[in-house]
Amino acid sequence: MQSATGKSILGGIAIGPLCIYQREESVFSAISSLTPEEELARFEGARLKAMEQLGGLYEKALDEAGEESAAIFEIHRMMLEDGDYLDAVKGVIEGQNATAERAVTIAGENFAAVFEAIEDPYMQARSADIRDISRQVVNILLDSGDGEMLKGQPAILAADDLTPSETVQLDKSRLLGIITRYGSSSSHTAILARAMNIPALIGVDFDSSWDGKTAVLDGYSGCVYIDPAPGLLSEMEQRHQGDLKRESLLQDLKGKPNITLDGREIKVCANIGSAGDVNLALQNDAQGIGLFRSEFLYLDTEDSPTEEQQFAHYKQVVEAMDGKRVVIRTLDIGADKQAPCFHLEKEENPALGYRAIRISLTQKKIFKQQLRAILRASAFGTVSVMFPMIISVQEVREAREVLEECREELEDQGIAVGKVEVGIMVETPAAVMIADELAEEVDFFSLGTNDLTQYTLAIDRQNPRLDRFCDPHHPAVLRMIRQAVEAGHRHNCWVGLCGELGADQALTETFLRMGLDELSVSPGAVLPLRKLIRGLDLREENNP
Amino acid sequence: MKEFEYVITDELGLHARPAGLLVKAAKGLDSTVTVGKAGGKSASATRLIAVMSLGIKKGDTVTVTVEGGDEQGSFAAMEAFFKENL
Repeated sequence: MQSATGKSILGGIAIGPLCIYQREESVFSAISSLTPEEELARFEGARLKAMEQLGGLYEKALDEAGEESAAIFEIHRMMLEDGDYLDAVKGVIEGQNATAERAVTIAGENFAAVFEAIEDPYMQARSADIRDISRQVVNILLDSGDGEMLKGQPAILAADDLTPSETVQLDKSRLLGIITRYGSSSSHTAILARAMNIPALIGVDFDSSWDGKTAVLDGYSGCVYIDPAPGLLSEMEQRHQGDLKRESLLQDLKGKPNITLDGREIKVCANIGSAGDVNLALQNDAQGIGLFRSEFLYLDTEDSPTEEQQFAHYKQVVEAMDGKRVVIRTLDIGADKQAPCFHLEKEENPALGYRAIRISLTQKKIFKQQLRAILRASAFGTVSVMFPMIISVQEVREAREVLEECREELEDQGIAVGKVEVGIMVETPAAVMIADELAEEVDFFSLGTNDLTQYTLAIDRQNPRLDRFCDPHHPAVLRMIRQAVEAGHRHNCWVGLCGELGADQALTETFLRMGLDELSVSPGAVLPLRKLIRGLDLREENNP
Repeated sequence: MKEFEYVITDELGLHARPAGLLVKAAKGLDSTVTVGKAGGKSASATRLIAVMSLGIKKGDTVTVTVEGGDEQGSFAAMEAFFKENL
């Protein structure tokens, strides 16, 4: 067994023969035997034909990968109409008595070099676009195509690099995965692979002797294995089957409402722990982000993150969710989590200590930075803010005051702010007991069942010796949840649940009966839960 | 001639897509529109490759000038374009 590693563009597993693609070098003469006018006419003919082909590629990409990815072919068309590009080709044909092929190649290389010289990886990657259109024109001039890139059976394609047009032209029904030696994650091949959901690795130093051999591409770890050992192969096949199952669930459920057989609707959203996780939420067709933990910004860093840094992360998620609600929980850190920037002292009992909203209300400067970033992000979609570890009405009022202060400051500065719902985590028995009073202060509740269970049962969930005493379905916990839901609804709050219990399928029916409006679970649990909900029937006669 | 300055807020800067939109928008105006990096190179806003190769990044200040034709209208159109797309 041989292996190589690369940078993964998309998680997922592909298993099949490796097919190495080598682009054929175009052969043409440099000096023309025609007049410059005739060469210019040849160029013009080929250019128009290339524009037409790009229109076709645009349509194909639109179909397979969506508008965002297809836009590059629109850019390619515009490059072929660009005054500077046309002038450069004309200059070489007239000045050097060159063939159209040579002129296009030189012009393409010159502009590619301009892009490569820009100190920005994104712009450097654009050199591939210029080369791509130039090569297409040359191919038309020579009347030669790219040939069949995949031979016969479905395969994992390996190439030094792939141009956008090559990627789109690939026969997707036979393409299992893509491996390239070069390329960047901002290349369009990467963008298209992502959009078309094809496992892909870049920066893989593959060997030409691997052509035709059985390969496993593991997009989760960024590894490719050649002639995999039987144990590895069967493990990978199993994981691949799991992915396929998820994929078929997705095809089944995508865009369908989460509604029980008797018409009761509940939202199923995803919990995410960093901006990067938003892709997982989208891949699993989550109906929103029910909990965006903001701690990742603060962990492992000496300085607290700036407003700008936070804003960039929040905005990324909010924009990706495209109007679907994103609930951002403010800082939920305590002495049990490593956050060097707060210099938290060691505590005897961190679960009951200086943490979460207690830190935020004490260190207002840091709290305001976060709230300003959240408010600014709200201009780009639907954002809710949620305060953790609430035990009193006073805390909610204080937090809301700081939020209002931030909003006024931003408005004075002329910075756009959207409408932001305010909610709290209900995760302490205190909050449940005064849920009616709290509900008057906010727009929503989210039940944090992990902490609520630990505080209600007085059981440390990290302690394995307590496992036999810990019943996650303890009636005390379920009654707490019911009380909070009822109190919330009495005061027109929507009530969600974002703890681990949300994904516990044994409780889904109970939660629906309680009237919960939303369950928010890890992205991988979204689809199975939705499938379950759509099969439930809450009518009495069906539940003898 | 009228000109304004704008600070780019788009994460990727003046990348391919907005550059393409800019070229289209500029071609639709009857004024000559030029885009430049403050204190650096500038390019005609109707030339895609030249605009992209300015390498304008997030946080860069660009100077946009409009000259000739309906300067008032072109100025407003360009200002709105940058605010919306970049």
